[in-house]
Amino acid sequence: MEQILIDLAAVLAAASPLIFATMGETISERAGVVNLSLDGSMLLAAMVGFAVAKLSGSLALGFAAAALASALVALVLGVLSLSLGQSQTAVGFVLALLCTDLSSFLGAPYVRVPGPAVPHAPVPGLADLPLLGPLLFNHDLLIYASFLLLPAVWWFLYRTRAGLVLRALGERPQTAYARGVPVVQLRYLYLVLGGALVGIAGAAYSLDLKQGWSYRHTFGTGWIALAIVIFGGWQPWRVAIGCYLFAALQAIASRSQGVLPSVPTQVFQVAPFVLMIVVLALVNLLSSPGAARRLAALPPTLRRPAERVVAWLATPAPAALGQPFQRP
Amino acid sequence: MTASDQTAPAPQAPRAARRSPLIFGALGLVGALLFTSAVLLSSGVPPLEAYRLIFLGAFSTPTRISDMIMLAAPLLLCSAGLTLTFAAGLYNLGVEGQMILGAVGAMIPLRLFPDLPPPLLWALAFAGGAAGGAAWATLAAWLRVGLRVNEIFAGLGLNFLASGIALYLVLGPWRRVGQASSSGTEPLPKDLWLPTLDRLRLAPAAPIVALVALAIIWAAVTRTRWGLELRAVGLNPQAAGRMGVPAARRLAESLAACGALAGLAGAIQIIGVFHQLIPSISSGIGLLALLVVLLVRASPAWVLPIAAAFAVFTVGSVQLPLALGTDSSIAGVLQGALVLFALLARGLSARK
Repeated sequence: MEQILIDLAAVLAAASPLIFATMGETISERAGVVNLSLDGSMLLAAMVGFAVAKLSGSLALGFAAAALASALVALVLGVLSLSLGQSQTAVGFVLALLCTDLSSFLGAPYVRVPGPAVPHAPVPGLADLPLLGPLLFNHDLLIYASFLLLPAVWWFLYRTRAGLVLRALGERPQTAYARGVPVVQLRYLYLVLGGALVGIAGAAYSLDLKQGWSYRHTFGTGWIALAIVIFGGWQPWRVAIGCYLFAALQAIASRSQGVLPSVPTQVFQVAPFVLMIVVLALVNLLSSPGAARRLAALPPTLRRPAERVVAWLATPAPAALGQPFQRP
Repeated sequence: MTASDQTAPAPQAPRAARRSPLIFGALGLVGALLFTSAVLLSSGVPPLEAYRLIFLGAFSTPTRISDMIMLAAPLLLCSAGLTLTFAAGLYNLGVEGQMILGAVGAMIPLRLFPDLPPPLLWALAFAGGAAGGAAWATLAAWLRVGLRVNEIFAGLGLNFLASGIALYLVLGPWRRVGQASSSGTEPLPKDLWLPTLDRLRLAPAAPIVALVALAIIWAAVTRTRWGLELRAVGLNPQAAGRMGVPAARRLAESLAACGALAGLAGAIQIIGVFHQLIPSISSGIGLLALLVVLLVRASPAWVLPIAAAFAVFTVGSVQLPLALGTDSSIAGVLQGALVLFALLARGLSARK
């Protein structure tokens, strides 16, 4: 029992960088901008965060620098795509590769040098609670922040006026514009804000979960985060479930290595991508006219629950995602 | 709208970008060099010395020249293939995985019939490579055309799936006799390696295959009705459809053809470069080819100079750690910066 709790707590901790990265990406994608540079900007932020924290001796400065670095990358994406009309895909892809190599080049002096790390900080009082204590309150500040970020993003998106406007940017930018919303400026804001969160995700590795810096330190996590946002249908809670599922799968894979010797752990890395493709295909199948006809043909007792399942599964992408905004 | 409709706007050349391409091209080049110089200076590396190595290092010895050609060959193949998908308005990010499956496809005849005469086996390996790459690309095409899954995300996902397959083969069914090692499968017997020039790693068959493929692609895109239809689909699939062009079919064909070319590149990696299947068999060449194509867009004529230049940078930078005590990833910084500043220049030139 105790072991299970420790394992679950480790999964919650291991998923925290993914939570930061996916929430950042969810925010920018809900505003209509795909930040494909995720993997590169995370690496750059991990490197910059580690270097700044090491040189300044301040963890806070390290995290701030990481957020700033990744926000700057997002800003470059914004200038080229939102202001200069270049494809978000092309610019984001180039930035992903460029930032990866930048992090390797600029980070070379920091490879495998010891540096500061976020200290363990059990919450006084709460950490001694049965079950919940070891599960939720025996971590460090960064991981508590990841627990709070999820409800905060959900609340912002669905319970505030600004969140409503944000969703309108991704669904109906023309309408929002007609109602006086400064579409391009706000897209910049949320792209940069999302980028800053992605930066925190990078520093979460170099200053907390995989302390230190090495060549391609966060390898592939950015791409995984992109896949999880799609898997989660751009809904914060489902995205978070995706993050925790992935972290759990990783833990199980490394644990089961002895049991299934013929299947290497790394093969499990593939799972989120397969799930992403399956979910994208399912969403399209379920929202096709044929599926609607088949649903309508079901007996009424079955139809209601079936429709609910379909509606839950088939959450489409923001309608204007990735498309340039043209003033009407 | 559904998840699949989030396709980025079709990559098409805006008319304004053609107005003063030279000026903006030069501006992009200068910007990229300035940016890379700033990065070099911030690490205390003298930029001129670094550029001398990056630009000329690949020509310093016969060994380096042959390494450069053996990198340029698969890069050319992938880039040539990508001009097809780019012309059709697709971002085929899955090219890396298509190359991996090409390498796997090339391994199959080599493992099954090691006793056949080598020239026949090389032909079979190339055929297996093309088939493997095309099959993997057809999967992406089916997802895109049949299930309307955006090719960008499908391609990315299939890349990771492909590297998972390669890793599984290396550690599992195709593992070395004795112990499994993630470093690669048993090396091929030497008589199955593509013949090389005397004491060099240069296998002339590789650049020859690449150049022939590039010429065919150039002719197909610029000189045939098929190429015209492809570009029409890239500009506006609906309009092309109304003109009687089978748009979905052309999309699938461009993907399959690109996959076949990437698969040939994978075959070269097997019989010409590594002589075994390794997990990182694609060596990022597909990603580099995507950068090449973002620069040259759908014009195959420019593929040769740009891909060759990129190969020169990559091979030239290999000496940087020894000569200047700095990391060779600066070549990637320069390549990325070139594309980024080219996009910037295009954006600026299209502005009114």
